[in-house]
Amino acid sequence: MYAYKEYDQQLLDERVEQYRDQTQRFFKGELSEEEFLILRLQNGLYVQRHAPLLRVAVPYGMLNSNQVRKMAHIARTYDKGYAHISTRQNVQFNWPEMANVPDILAELASVQMHAVQTSGNCIRNTTTDQYAGVTANEVTDPRPYCEIIRQWSTFHPEFAYLPRKFKIAVTAATDEDRAAIRFNDVGLRLVKNDKDEIGFEVFVGGGLGRTPLAGSLIQEFLEPKHLLSYLEAVLRVYNLYGRRDNKYKARIKILVKALTPEVFRDKVAVEWERIKDGALDLPDAEIEAMQSCFPDPDYEILENNPASLVEAKSNSSAFSIWLRQNTAAHKKAGYQIVTLSLKPTSVAPGDVTDDQLDAIADLADRYSFGEVRNTHAQNIVLADVKQTELLALWEELKSLNFANANINTITDIICCPGGDFCALANAKSLPVAEQIQREFDDLDFVYDIGDISLNISGCMNACSHHHIGNIGVLGVDKKGLEFYQISLGGDAGFGASVGKIIGPSFKEAEVASVISKIINIYIENRIEGETFLMTYQRIGMSPFKEKVYAKNN
Amino acid sequence: MPKIIKGREVIEDQWVLVAEPSEELQTIEDDIHIIVPLSYWTDNKTAILARTGKAGIQVSGADELDSFSEDLDDIDVIAIDFPKFGDGRGYSMARLLRERHGYTSEIRATGDVLRDQLSFMERCGFDAYALRADRNMEDAIKSFSALTIAYQSDVVEPRPIYARRP
Ligand code: SF4
Repeated sequence: MYAYKEYDQQLLDERVEQYRDQTQRFFKGELSEEEFLILRLQNGLYVQRHAPLLRVAVPYGMLNSNQVRKMAHIARTYDKGYAHISTRQNVQFNWPEMANVPDILAELASVQMHAVQTSGNCIRNTTTDQYAGVTANEVTDPRPYCEIIRQWSTFHPEFAYLPRKFKIAVTAATDEDRAAIRFNDVGLRLVKNDKDEIGFEVFVGGGLGRTPLAGSLIQEFLEPKHLLSYLEAVLRVYNLYGRRDNKYKARIKILVKALTPEVFRDKVAVEWERIKDGALDLPDAEIEAMQSCFPDPDYEILENNPASLVEAKSNSSAFSIWLRQNTAAHKKAGYQIVTLSLKPTSVAPGDVTDDQLDAIADLADRYSFGEVRNTHAQNIVLADVKQTELLALWEELKSLNFANANINTITDIICCPGGDFCALANAKSLPVAEQIQREFDDLDFVYDIGDISLNISGCMNACSHHHIGNIGVLGVDKKGLEFYQISLGGDAGFGASVGKIIGPSFKEAEVASVISKIINIYIENRIEGETFLMTYQRIGMSPFKEKVYAKNN
Repeated sequence: MPKIIKGREVIEDQWVLVAEPSEELQTIEDDIHIIVPLSYWTDNKTAILARTGKAGIQVSGADELDSFSEDLDDIDVIAIDFPKFGDGRGYSMARLLRERHGYTSEIRATGDVLRDQLSFMERCGFDAYALRADRNMEDAIKSFSALTIAYQSDVVEPRPIYARRP
């Protein structure tokens, strides 16, 4: 992965001192609450229900084992012993003291990490496919482009005070969009044209929250050398013309919708015309230089499906089920991508303890070239595991409670901290996740249901992307009581669709049984090989609605 | 005379901001350099230019640059006002004035301008800053050197980091 150059480190060290000074001025009363707010927000520090929340950036989800150990250390020393993996591949700490944050940032900087622009109305951490660089199903490794975007967007002087936050996601995958690029402010998809050249499809104006929208395609093939000039043109048009009078109408999606994607594209084109082929041009040499910052690890020459693996599979059905559910094919023969499930029942999805983090760092060192990736589904990936070592790894994961073979199943719930932690919540989300996990405790049935995504958000801010879960659950407030609205048919992938609300919302105690009914309708109606989403798309909402709201049912 | 930060130094401001020119202007000496709101400038260019003092305009991020870009040769200061520090439009405007329109005279930031913003403002083309009266300007100047590395192409350093690497 990318290793900091001297200037990256210097900038980060200076940033820590700058923030320390800002914090001191705040405590001395030289900065008002409101002024400090905007400064701390540019640095990932929110004030939550109980304590500040510090969001640490994990560029495109990649962490090395030293960084993971540092997360463990911070969780242990400055927090209550755990950290939370967010749906944007970042790491959050829920209990730091405001006065300690400069020290935490200094600790982070010592392992090339930071909290820069993880909140506030600026360009946020760029996200990508957690299988980037290791899946065979991609046109190229997207991470060098992510790093180019990271550098361009870090402390960009013109775009620090945008109308609203701005998120960019990149994928190069051909099989599935694991980065939900259509639901970002800008989504970039690396594609190959018929001349075998690489370029970007550019989507703009996607997003969730109050107005969920899939991004519109405004560039069908952007040559990589124009990546930054085009992004700069998009951001400039947004910075100048995005609404600033109403925070709920300030995201770029509202501007794109108001202007229409065509007019927005034309405005960007006019701006781009004047800056392209200028200073922001990315020469091939620079792209290649960045690509060389993401070398393949020292893979051995191995064969797929070694005898030891075949034997282990036939000896243990639990192992082979785990293999099927929690691992994915690797581009190199003899290697496998392994996902650690952070979703055992009754643990808040995405939470990891300090000891678990240390253990993950050790596993990374011993099994996967010392690197891990955070996923949007709030799990952790070891990307480069030798197939001969899968059995040994599985044994270790079991003892660490990471071997729940539930990846992409109904119990692999994506869930925000909700009312237990978040000041903005309308309702709790974690107890609902647990309730659903308990409802689906029969593993055979879980596997029979197959691939499905279930997302729970505690409010309209949609941090858990409930609109694009195949099943979405949203906490709503009804005259002071917590209710849950359920939507069906969301798709975060290339299909990019926003789920439809099934009908009136439900009491907390009803949620799991309603979901159970929904699943049963799918099981009754599916035809061979259909996932939940496919059945829903074929039969539509009515059968679900009828059953769920039927009297005496 | 009020003070202002210009070129990373605190100096006496040579300019008078005239918020209500239709009322105030007759009481101001003819050789005083004045900054007037864009709307007043648009309607009274000839009269303003007939004065012996120099002329500047005050605009905000909400104004279209095209509505005064023809007049840049006659304008010696452009004050970009920040009604709220979180309104970032002025940053784009300053950059466009420098990079697209080749404007070389003073661009100053007025309004809700905070010391922690000065360095980004400078990189977008501002060269003068009228901080709120309750702020310590000498202290604020330190903030220019807080971050010495910049990745981007900007007004101060047109080459992005990769073009500067040895
Ligand atoms: S969705 Fe709402 S409740 Fe959940 S973390 Fe986001 S803001 Fe908080």
